[in-house]
Amino acid sequence: MSNVIAGPFNRVEGDLELKLDIQSNQIIDAKVTSPMYRGFEQILVGKSALDALVYTPRICGICSISQSIACAYALENDQSIKVPHNGRIATNLVLGTENVLDHLTHFYLFFMPDFAKHEYESKSWYADIKHRFQAGKGEALNDILPARTNLLKVVALLAGKWPHTLSIQPGGSSKAVDKYEQIELKNTIRQFKSFLEDITFGTSLQKVLQIQTRSELLGWAQNNQSDFAKFVQLIEENELEDLGKVDLTLMSYGNYYQSAEKTSFSSGVYQHNKLQLLDASKIREYTQYSYLDNTHSGKHPLQNSTEIPSSLDDKAYSWCKAPRLDDQVIEVGAFARQVIDRQPLITDLHQYAKSNVANRVIARMIEVARIALLLEQWVDEFETGNAFYQALDLPDNFQSEGLIEAARGSLGHWIEVKNGKISNYQIVAPTTWNFSPMDDKQQKGALEQALIGTQAIDSQSVKIEHIVRSFDPCMVCTAH
Amino acid sequence: MLNLLWLQSGGCGGCTMSLLSASDPHLMKQLSNNNINLLWHPSISEESSAQAIQILNDILDDKIKLDILCLEGSLLRGPNKTGLCHMMAGTSTPFIDWIQKLANKSDYTLAVGSCAAYGGITAAGGNPTDACGLQYEGHMVGGLLSEKYRSKKNLPVVNISGCPTHPDWVLITLSMIANDQLSIEDLDEYLRPKFFTQHLVHHGCDRNEYYEFKASASKPTDLGCMMENMGCLGTQAQADCNIRPWPGGGSCTSGGFACINCTAPDFEEPKQTFMKTPKIAGIPVGLPLDMPKAWFIALTTLAKSATPKRLRDSATSDTISNIGNKLDKESKDV
Repeated sequence: MSNVIAGPFNRVEGDLELKLDIQSNQIIDAKVTSPMYRGFEQILVGKSALDALVYTPRICGICSISQSIACAYALENDQSIKVPHNGRIATNLVLGTENVLDHLTHFYLFFMPDFAKHEYESKSWYADIKHRFQAGKGEALNDILPARTNLLKVVALLAGKWPHTLSIQPGGSSKAVDKYEQIELKNTIRQFKSFLEDITFGTSLQKVLQIQTRSELLGWAQNNQSDFAKFVQLIEENELEDLGKVDLTLMSYGNYYQSAEKTSFSSGVYQHNKLQLLDASKIREYTQYSYLDNTHSGKHPLQNSTEIPSSLDDKAYSWCKAPRLDDQVIEVGAFARQVIDRQPLITDLHQYAKSNVANRVIARMIEVARIALLLEQWVDEFETGNAFYQALDLPDNFQSEGLIEAARGSLGHWIEVKNGKISNYQIVAPTTWNFSPMDDKQQKGALEQALIGTQAIDSQSVKIEHIVRSFDPCMVCTAH
Repeated sequence: MLNLLWLQSGGCGGCTMSLLSASDPHLMKQLSNNNINLLWHPSISEESSAQAIQILNDILDDKIKLDILCLEGSLLRGPNKTGLCHMMAGTSTPFIDWIQKLANKSDYTLAVGSCAAYGGITAAGGNPTDACGLQYEGHMVGGLLSEKYRSKKNLPVVNISGCPTHPDWVLITLSMIANDQLSIEDLDEYLRPKFFTQHLVHHGCDRNEYYEFKASASKPTDLGCMMENMGCLGTQAQADCNIRPWPGGGSCTSGGFACINCTAPDFEEPKQTFMKTPKIAGIPVGLPLDMPKAWFIALTTLAKSATPKRLRDSATSDTISNIGNKLDKESKDV
C-alpha cells in the first residue's frame, strides 16, 4: 500500500518516529527513528572525571538514578570492593525505588490507556477499562499518583530529590541513615507494599510470586479485580501474545549488588535455549544507519567516538547507534532480566510464546512485586553506625565500565580518563538496544523486528501503539 | 477553561517526571482545580501521531485557542542552523520551526526547566547541538525567540528554571496565570517567578548551624556545612528548595550533596569542578550574595574560634553528636 510515517509517539519518554511500509494490511518493513540528539558524549569530553556525576543523570529524567549509578560504577573502576555494605544497600534502595516507579508509571500512565481508546468501544470490557485507565482522566490516577509520590520518600531520604541526585558517589552514598530514619524508610515501604497488595495485585506479593505458569496466571486473574488482573484478562481476547513477538538473544547485566560480585538479579545472556555468561567485551556499536559519524563503526564503546558529521548520510535514519553483542541483535528489559534470573512464571511464559506484548508487560509487573519485597529486605540490612561511604582515590588515567540494569534494561557507561579529564565517554542505554536502527550487516533492531509482520490497516492502528509501548521506550536515553 | 499545550525538545523529561510527583492534590486535580485543560502533553495525553499533529495544526489555524504554551527542554538549532538535531517526529519539520510558530499563538509562554529557559545542561561543554533557551542563551538575552518576543498577554517568556523544576514552581505559576495574577512585576531579573527565586537555597538548610560556626564537611556523608569544601552554592542559589521540600520531603543539601545552583543561567558550566570549592589563599571564591568579603573573613575567623565541640565533631562525621549530653559536657568544660 504505502510508506507511512508515524509520530510523535506520546506516552513514551522522549520523541519517537516510525517509518512503516504497509502492504495488504501488513507491516512489511519498519524503520525506527530517534529524531533527537543532545550530544552528551561530546559534552563530557574534557570534563573532570567526577563531574560526570552531574551531567550523566541528566541524560534521562525517568531513569536518572540508573544513569548516576552506571556513572559511579564506572568511576569506581576496580575499587568497588571498597564500597561499604551500607553504601551498596543505599544504592540498591534508590535504584529499586526508581525501577518500580518507572514500571508502575509505564503500566498506569503509558501502556494501559491505549485500551481506553475508541477502537475498543464495542468490547464488553471497554467501559470498565476506560473508567479505570483513560489517559489523563482514569480513576486509577487517584491511586497511582499519590502512591508514587509516597514512595519517593525513600529517594528523598536517601538521595535528596528525584530526578537528578548527586548522592550516588564512587565509594557509596552521600547520605548515611541512622536507626530512626531506618524506621521511617521501613514504614514508607510497607505503605507502598499495601498499595500494591490492595490496588495493583489484589493479593499478597508472596501469592503473586507463587504463580508459576501461564495457566495459573490466567486462572488467577479470573477471580481478581485488581489492575494487574484487569490487564491479564485482556490478553487472550486481544491476542496480545501474538502481538510484537520476537525471539532474540536476551541480555541482562545483573542488578542490585549484594556484595562486590553478587547481584540479586543475575547477569547473563539467553541464547539458543541456554543461559550463557555475559562477555561485555563483545559489545560493538554500529553507525552505518545512524546520522552520527561513521568513522568508528563496529568498535567497542571504549574505541568508539561520537561526532556529528558535516552532512547527514541519506541512508541513515536515526540518531541512535546500533549496539550488538557478539554481532547479535539483543532484547533487554524486565522480560530479559526475569528469563535470565529464571523467575518461574516468566520462564514458563518465555517457553510458551517468547517475547511479546503481553509477556513484556507481565515481566515488568512481576518484577515490581519482587523489588518491593527486596526493598523491605534491604532496609533491614542497614548496619546503622557503620560507614555509608569510603573515599576512593581516582587514578589520573584509567579506562573503565559501569554496567547496571535500569528499569528498561541494560545500561552501560564506558569512560576513559586521561590526566584526570574525561577523554572518551560512551553510553549504551536500554532503548539503544531495543530501538536501534539496522547495524552494518543490515540486521534490524528489536522493535523493527517486532513490528514487521503485524497486521495493521494503517499507521494509526492501536496495535502499533501496543507493540511500541510494550517495550517501555525511553527515547531521551536512546540517542542521548 | 484555559488550554495548555506542553511540548518537549532538547531535555531529559525530568521536569515532567517531577511534575507528576505533585501532591495534595495530585497533578491532574491541581490542573482541574485551576480550570486548566491539558490540550496535549507528551507523557499524559491519549492522542498520538496524526491526532497530536492535528491539535498543533488546529492551534496554528486558530481553531483552538492556546492560552498557555509550556516548553520543556532546550532548543536544538544545530547542526549548522538546520535544526536537524531534533526533527519533530511525524512532521519532517525541525522542532524549532514548530515552537516559533506556536509561540506566536500563546497568551503565555513558559519555559519549564533551565534547558528551556537558558539552554541548560544540553548547552554545556562545546554545545554540540547549538542548544539555547526560548529567549535566553545562558545569561544573555536572545535565544531562539528574539529579545523583543512577547506572548499575546504582552509578557516575555516566563522562565521557570531548575534542573529539574519543583512541581510547585510550575503549578503555582500556572495558578497565578489562571487567576490572572501574573505580571512582569512577578518576575526577577532573569524572568523567573520571584515567589521561588526571592529565597536562597541556604534559607532553611538544615546545616545552617554548621554554617554559622563554619563547621565544614570534608567528604560525602559528613554532616557539616558544604560551602567551604564541597562546592555548595546554596548561599548564592536563588530557590526555595529548603523551605519547600521536594516530593517525598528532601532537598539536595539534606541528601548530603552540594547545591549546584541549577536555577541559574549557565549553571552547567561553573568554570570549576562542581563538588569542590575553589579557594584563593584558603578563602572560598564565591561568597554569599551581597556579603562584603572582609566581613565574611572576619566572621569566619570568629565563628571558627567559637565552634562548639558538638558541631566540630558532627561536621566531619555521618552521625549527629548527641545534643543533650554534649551540651552538658560543654557547660562543664566552661
